[in-house]
Amino acid sequence: MRELKILAIVVFFTLVTYYGVEPFAHSKMHKHVEGHGFVYDGTADVEQASDEKKETKKAFWNDVNEIAKLEGNVAAGEAGFAMCMGCHMDGAVAMGGVVPPSLEHAGALYDKKYLIAVVKNPAMAMNTDHKFADPMMHPMGPVMTMFMDNQSIADVVAYLKAKKAGEVTPKEAFTDACSRCHAMRYAKMTQLGDTPTFKYEKDALAYKINVLDAQDGVKGYMGKLPPDLSIIIRARSEHFLETFIENPQTQLPGTSMPRVGLNEEGYEKVKEFLTEIGDPSKPKREAVGPYVILFFVVFAFLAFLWKKYQWRDLH
Amino acid sequence: MAKFDEKARPFSEKWLDERLAVNTLKRVLSTEYWIPKDINFLWAMGMVLAATFGLLLISGIFLLMYYKPDVNMAFDSVNYTIMSEVGFGWLWRHIHGVAASVVFLIIYIHMFTGIYYGSYKKGRELIWISGMLLFVTFSAEAFSGYMLPWGQMSYWAGMVITNLFSGGSLEAYGLVEWIRGDYVPGDAFLTRFFMLHVLLLPLVIIGLIVLHFGTLRIPHVNNQEGAEIDFEEAAELYKAGKKKESKVIPFNPVFLSKDVFVMGVYFILFFYLVFYHFEFAMDPVNFDPADGLKTPPHIYPEWYFLWSYEILRPFPKDPGLIAFGIAQVALFMLPFIDRSPNVAPAHKRGLFFVWFWVFLIDMIVLTVLGKLPPEGIFNTLGAVAAVIFLLLGPALIVITKLEKKL
Repeated sequence: MRELKILAIVVFFTLVTYYGVEPFAHSKMHKHVEGHGFVYDGTADVEQASDEKKETKKAFWNDVNEIAKLEGNVAAGEAGFAMCMGCHMDGAVAMGGVVPPSLEHAGALYDKKYLIAVVKNPAMAMNTDHKFADPMMHPMGPVMTMFMDNQSIADVVAYLKAKKAGEVTPKEAFTDACSRCHAMRYAKMTQLGDTPTFKYEKDALAYKINVLDAQDGVKGYMGKLPPDLSIIIRARSEHFLETFIENPQTQLPGTSMPRVGLNEEGYEKVKEFLTEIGDPSKPKREAVGPYVILFFVVFAFLAFLWKKYQWRDLH
Repeated sequence: MAKFDEKARPFSEKWLDERLAVNTLKRVLSTEYWIPKDINFLWAMGMVLAATFGLLLISGIFLLMYYKPDVNMAFDSVNYTIMSEVGFGWLWRHIHGVAASVVFLIIYIHMFTGIYYGSYKKGRELIWISGMLLFVTFSAEAFSGYMLPWGQMSYWAGMVITNLFSGGSLEAYGLVEWIRGDYVPGDAFLTRFFMLHVLLLPLVIIGLIVLHFGTLRIPHVNNQEGAEIDFEEAAELYKAGKKKESKVIPFNPVFLSKDVFVMGVYFILFFYLVFYHFEFAMDPVNFDPADGLKTPPHIYPEWYFLWSYEILRPFPKDPGLIAFGIAQVALFMLPFIDRSPNVAPAHKRGLFFVWFWVFLIDMIVLTVLGKLPPEGIFNTLGAVAAVIFLLLGPALIVITKLEKKL
């Protein structure tokens, strides 16, 4: 039938144009970065390292992989963990610009090998070693003097892994992994956490000064204030976010954003929070959509019957 | 004064007819507005466009209630207030965004239909020209609307497009500043584009839609074979009940029933896009707030402007601007460039048929290349496609001059 033939032509050219300006153009605009499934064994780091750094990186990740094979002693690890508490405590103060994160959920959120790497050499683990001439200069550098032998690292990581403080909520995952640098104004969160409500404006202003001070600290450490993440879920593709969080250097070479070492469940939790805040209409779209479409299917069917009726004796 | 029936009850048909001539209006505009019978669903695109414009207007009114035209508040009023605080604000925004994109798809289908069937030719020139005026005004409306969320793409597209007014080597930066109201896009820029988007341009569009409908009334709509129809004779046949023999149908209800069916099918697709596939109409880059110190790696217009952007891009500054200028006005001239006497579908017009498909494919190639990064082979292809576009005008004059009368 002629009309269907015309429709096929219209649909064909529409789809060709769509393919050209959307999937095809975007594949040419953004280089493809392969994800590695939230496994942190240094393969990608060694591959991307400059020639003079390759051997150091290889040796470092070999050590990490060796330590991962050791049997960690949870009790010994707990004793060692006391040293961590010097900085990673409730009400921790900023060190070198950033507040040390709570380690309450570290075992649940972060990958085991990543944790080993972080204790062994934070700058290397976070893949920001290009920023530090001496790894000791990293704000967390001193940890390298606390756990000198491989067994003690295996022990403390075993302790972190064994210590599960109940189910981690998406918001807690985001707070631990991201919010010490990134604000989220649509969730009323800053680098200082949830913004309290104040009865008097001067208290609110005083709090705001604290926020600005904290932001200046982060800015000093990172080079610029890291972006607010309120709707980052809509500003970046899912693939970008996943590969960027896994290893920021692959998408933004030279960035001062550290790799945070989230495991897959940890990433899913963070993503859930980013979606909840940045794309709050998602569940509503899914609830309303089918009814609206059903309405127009019925509408089109009735309109078809009307058309048939009106055109019944024209040909 | 005219005579009025004393007994007519207020607001009864007779009462209204005596005061407003509603019966005449109804006859002229609807039940005896004759449309050729030999048409396909492409003839329903006008009503589909009118319906989409209606959706834009209604959703726009809802958005207008919560939008704040201020560089410090615009982004959050759209992305936070409307998206999470206003009941169904997300729905109005997605309808508005998707409709703004889809309306151009339908406009292009509508335009290519007109070109294919020769519906701009003798007697119908004003239909084409008023349609082109609508296209240009819709473009301005879309561009000004794109500024409003004040995201990265709003800011940088605003920067790039207003820079065009410097006129290349003319370096008319005074004009650019006058348009922006500032050295760079800022608050004055945002508020004036807001005014254009919600008041002046919609008024012009509504006026032009009325004109566009008006231009149709006397020459009548073209038909699938380009046949010349004696509408009065055909109308008499229809009214005499000889519907099979008559070549025309009344707009209401016969043609309308088909329009409404096509609209129904279109709305299924439209709302599928609104609920499940709106990303194509809402560029991710625009979800980053405007930042004058951070240029995005790729700046590109929305898909419907890409073909003309690609005519600008492959050439050096001044020739590029001239080519761009030609591209903007060339289509207006179509009824006068086409010298053929034949009103017929392209497949009956020999070389014109080839010309039509080359033109369509060239437009699509330009559109795709307009978004691709201008590197390597894409640069060359872009230049070739742009030159082909520019040559298509003179080619059409020659082809249609040679065309024999059917």
